[in-house]
Amino acid sequence: MSVATATRQESLAVPFSPRWLAERLSGAVLHVVVIGLTVAWMVPAIGLLITSLRLPSDIANSGWWTALSPPFKFTVDNYSQMLQASNLGQGFFNSFMISIPAVIIPVTIAAFAAYAFSWMKFPGRDWIFLALVGLLAVPLQLTFIPVTTVFVKLGFTPDHLTAIGLPPFIPLWLAHAGYGLPFSIYLLANFFRALPSDLFESAEIDGAGMLTVFFRIVVPLSVPAIASLVIFQFLWVWNDLLVALIYVGGTPNVAPVTVSLVNLVGSYGQNYQLLTAAAFFSMIVPLVVFLSLQRYFVRGILAGSVKG
Amino acid sequence: MDWSVLLTDLPTLVAVVIGVPAVLAAYIVGGEYLVRRLPDKNRPAVRPWIWVAPALLLVAGFLVLPAAGTIVQSFQDNRGNFVAFTNFGNQLGGFPTGGAWIAIRDNLFWLIFYTLFVLAFGLLLAVLFDRVPYEKIVKSLIFLPMAISSVATVIIWKFMYAYQPPGQPQTGTLNFLLSTVFHQDPRTWIQDTTPILGLLPLNNLAIIAAAVWGIVGFSMVILSAALKGIPGDLLEAARVDGAGEITIFRRVIFPLMMPTVVVVGTTLVIFALKAFDTVYAMTNGNYDTDVLANRMYKLLYQHFPSDYANASAVAVILLATVIPVLIFNLRQFRAVEARR
Repeated sequence: MSVATATRQESLAVPFSPRWLAERLSGAVLHVVVIGLTVAWMVPAIGLLITSLRLPSDIANSGWWTALSPPFKFTVDNYSQMLQASNLGQGFFNSFMISIPAVIIPVTIAAFAAYAFSWMKFPGRDWIFLALVGLLAVPLQLTFIPVTTVFVKLGFTPDHLTAIGLPPFIPLWLAHAGYGLPFSIYLLANFFRALPSDLFESAEIDGAGMLTVFFRIVVPLSVPAIASLVIFQFLWVWNDLLVALIYVGGTPNVAPVTVSLVNLVGSYGQNYQLLTAAAFFSMIVPLVVFLSLQRYFVRGILAGSVKG
Repeated sequence: MDWSVLLTDLPTLVAVVIGVPAVLAAYIVGGEYLVRRLPDKNRPAVRPWIWVAPALLLVAGFLVLPAAGTIVQSFQDNRGNFVAFTNFGNQLGGFPTGGAWIAIRDNLFWLIFYTLFVLAFGLLLAVLFDRVPYEKIVKSLIFLPMAISSVATVIIWKFMYAYQPPGQPQTGTLNFLLSTVFHQDPRTWIQDTTPILGLLPLNNLAIIAAAVWGIVGFSMVILSAALKGIPGDLLEAARVDGAGEITIFRRVIFPLMMPTVVVVGTTLVIFALKAFDTVYAMTNGNYDTDVLANRMYKLLYQHFPSDYANASAVAVILLATVIPVLIFNLRQFRAVEARR
């Protein structure tokens, strides 16, 4: 007790530290500041949601906050109008078509590689891994021109792929796989390496092969890390604009929802009833994924806080 | 919208979701089967390459070789003739406003202000939230914008910045506050180049602010984890020894948080240098808000015919700005490895 009292007096005497600040703010003031900051932080998003539910005439003539007082006049017409006037519906499905394979491919391939990097010995292993860490920082811009040129030469353009009966999403699946690999390998290898080595020794004594060790021990034990990576990569691909613009930007029937959305900004710049509804529509999937799997997402961020 | 696409898309998706893992599993099982045919002493030399080959091929094909190609191309004209530094001359001549200089200047603004704001807000929120019982909820709310795309973030903020001429009812939140609370004329925000504190143009600040709003959750979560990682007994021991709170912050909390601040800071610097989505969707680089990544995109896709030579030079300039961070990251990584 006496220690606590002494600390308090001391800290009052010494201004300007987080603890001093926090004690000053303790109690009611702290709560007001915390809740005030959080509400202020939410205001832009709340404004968007409310606007998307207002009548177009109201949106043009008064601020969204006026809708918070009676009479309440909300509508979902903006959403149906937006789906008719734009190709966001198509983009929404395209985003699924792009994201799901663009998660499965790199995560699986990265798991194989991370296993080799953490539990096998081969010449150059540490140097290759170091190179992967370096690649985390390399701007993707550096790769666009040669990759586009090769894609065109190989016929990997959406139109040509559709014409020969292949999925037009192949360029994006491969590009996202390649771009996502350094981070995926880095994150998984960090996790695999931390597994206790006894696991591997006892498994070898039992005569289990590499495959058994990988599929029966490493993968099941790494479910949390793999789940984090899957969510991370999914949100990254779903929210990606740049890679999609570069490889399929000019083809609306292949473009993801982010590209449809940015085109809408270009063509309906001030038409806020369409824009706000479209923006919220594009956020539904990431929000559901995030709210249901937040724990894994945060863990992924803490595990490897560098993403290229 | 045309719902018939579902009939072609869904079977494709099912085929890919089942087919791709099946092919990859078959590859690794088949590879392992072949390795077992080898004599005992050769197995350890071959096996790792089978496991890393798909990854190395994709990384080489999509990152390493194309990057080398772009560097070569930055020294050529659009017909493939060697032109030495002509492209770089186009981009870097004409200081201070010609070539790529506006983009370089704005990337510098991003580098400084985006990184500082995100770190400062993240640290402030982490410290404040650490002291309330409903920490989880408020953290989730601040973190939420992390989940949505930059394009959606831009629409949210374009609406915050919406402008009506003075005298008309303001529908943008910020101009409403400006005119009713502060009794000032509304501003156009994303077109307004008035320098703030004689340095940072208002529209650059407005665009950076939108990006900061979207990413603060990232730094808050990591800094908060680091804050919680500081053992309470350490602080108690320091207090018992008679250390004042300033000393404790300077000598205990700050040094222990520093490595995390550095890691978050370097990641943010990379984000700042690569900034594209926010600028592209907000202004497409107009009103002197261009950045290097957007300039490169414009040279490629909003320029007829595409200017590969100059676009490559801009990409290489972008790489050059990232290289100090890259070297720093590698050093950090090796230092951590050495401690293992």
